Amino acid sequence: MSAVEYLRVSDLHAFYGESHILHGMDLVVNKGECVSLLGRNGAGRTTTMRAIMGLTGRRTGSIMINGNQTINMAPHKIAQLGVGYCPEERGIYSSLSCEENLLMPPRVGSGGMSLDEIYAMFPNLYERRNSQGTRMSGGEQQMLAMARILRTGAKLLLLDEISEGLAPVIVQRLAEIIRALKEKGFTILLVEQNFRFAAPLADRMYVVEHGQVAMEIAQHELDSKREYLHEFLGV
Amino acid sequence: MIELFGVPLPALMGQLMLGLVNGSFYAMMSLGLAVIFGMLNIINFAHGALYMAGAFLAWMGMTYWEISYWWALILVPLALCVVGVIIERAFLQWLYKLDHLYGLLLTFGLALIIEGLFRDQYGVSGQPYPIPEELSGALNLGFMFLPKYRAWVIVASLLVCFATWFTIEKTRLGSYLRAATENPKLTQAFGINVPLMVMLTYGLGVALAGLAGVLAAPALQVNPLMGSNLIIAVFAVVVIGGMGSIFGSIVTGLGLGMIEGITKVFYPEISSTVVFIIMAIVLFIRPAGLFGREK
Ligand SMILES: Nc1ncnc2c1ncn2[C@@H]1O[C@H](COP(=O)(O)OP(=O)(O)OP(=O)(O)O)[C@@H](O)[C@H]1O
Ligand SMILES: [Mg+2]
Repeated sequence: MSAVEYLRVSDLHAFYGESHILHGMDLVVNKGECVSLLGRNGAGRTTTMRAIMGLTGRRTGSIMINGNQTINMAPHKIAQLGVGYCPEERGIYSSLSCEENLLMPPRVGSGGMSLDEIYAMFPNLYERRNSQGTRMSGGEQQMLAMARILRTGAKLLLLDEISEGLAPVIVQRLAEIIRALKEKGFTILLVEQNFRFAAPLADRMYVVEHGQVAMEIAQHELDSKREYLHEFLGV
Repeated sequence: MIELFGVPLPALMGQLMLGLVNGSFYAMMSLGLAVIFGMLNIINFAHGALYMAGAFLAWMGMTYWEISYWWALILVPLALCVVGVIIERAFLQWLYKLDHLYGLLLTFGLALIIEGLFRDQYGVSGQPYPIPEELSGALNLGFMFLPKYRAWVIVASLLVCFATWFTIEKTRLGSYLRAATENPKLTQAFGINVPLMVMLTYGLGVALAGLAGVLAAPALQVNPLMGSNLIIAVFAVVVIGGMGSIFGSIVTGLGLGMIEGITKVFYPEISSTVVFIIMAIVLFIRPAGLFGREK
């Protein structure tokens, strides 16, 4: 099976005002792959995702999504190419109920999951569907932030620190969900602090440092690179 | 004759109705301000001048081009929506990242310019606008005569306010609007054209002021100063209701109009200041306003 590139970031520089945060990021995610970005705090992983969505300040370089150059596109145009973004801060709307949060993102592609399928995958959300968005627990909010981009038909999911601050059972449940999403053919870019969570899920990993990729590691190289990872990430 | 607290009932009801008419204008105007503030983060000081422009456009339409009241009700808000879109594209879009103060100063300047243009052309004396035939005369309610036009203003503005509230709180478009008000960047990252929504929100807010202006034309005299007379009270309404609350601005607008009307009967000396007295009290007890959320 030959790999089809779905996302290619080349020589990406991104700025917040005057601060130069990304210094030439290069990464590729193939169709159906789950790729993880690892790195220390402040390495620039969130900024990479925000730059892909067009949410940082000035950007230069190239970002190809499904064959489209997006470096000069507005965020809503980028999303409409079939990208779903689950931000680090979760971004649940407090002025919308749980179900309104779920239904808010418009369609950006064909073949999204139905509301029934989503409620089957996230039974808690069904129970809480009438609650105000920000009155839900951290775990529920995280489920909601993921669930709402599955309905839209997005094919590429950008998931930022979804396991952060959650109880082990919930993290385990999230891992099952990511596996299920891979089965369904989603292409996933996963930013993680939690190496134990990301390692078994990711087909490949990039270690990010100072706004650049410091190393690429394939799943089968994990054992041989353990020393390096230990030194780099403290895992 | 029936009396209530020593006041004849028809007189009391008459003032109450007049208060409700004023309250209808307060409600429509503060509703527009609230929606604009939520989306654009701008306190639209030009709102009163645009309301005046709406009344004048209706008058000019009738005087120069024989456009009837009913057509004015449709055409004037459309024209003002276009004006609003032009203002947003030309000026406001550059101010969103700055402090509220810049938007306030800019729209204040716009208000002075718009008002100045009409004063220059028409002076400060009022232009009469006839009540449309279908709405002239009064209804006999038994305990009072209710001028039909007043009843129409109240009904029309309640309908407009309800439709606006329903659209924002209960529809899909409204959920985009609320989402974009709360977190514009993320909402755009979900694929919604937020800059377009912001532009149209301003256009619609301004159209609402224009519609209020057309409704006001036959009830009051069309006068270049009518906007600045109204807007001061409307800002007090907004402060009392809480900036940015849709429901709050409607209820507060109607309520304060009625309170003003009742004050005219029982203590006319303070009827023109009662709104500001209430504002001071509310600010003292609930700084965020009756319906506002504390930040
Ligand atoms: N809005 C901003 N303005 C200026 N600098 C920022 C902004 N957001 C982030 N930065 C800086 O950019 C750098 C990279 O931040 P980023 O959030 O991308 O890191 P990260 O890899 O996601 O780490 P973590 O999420 O673990 O903190 C940091 O030095 C941070 O201080
Ligand atoms: Mg981060």
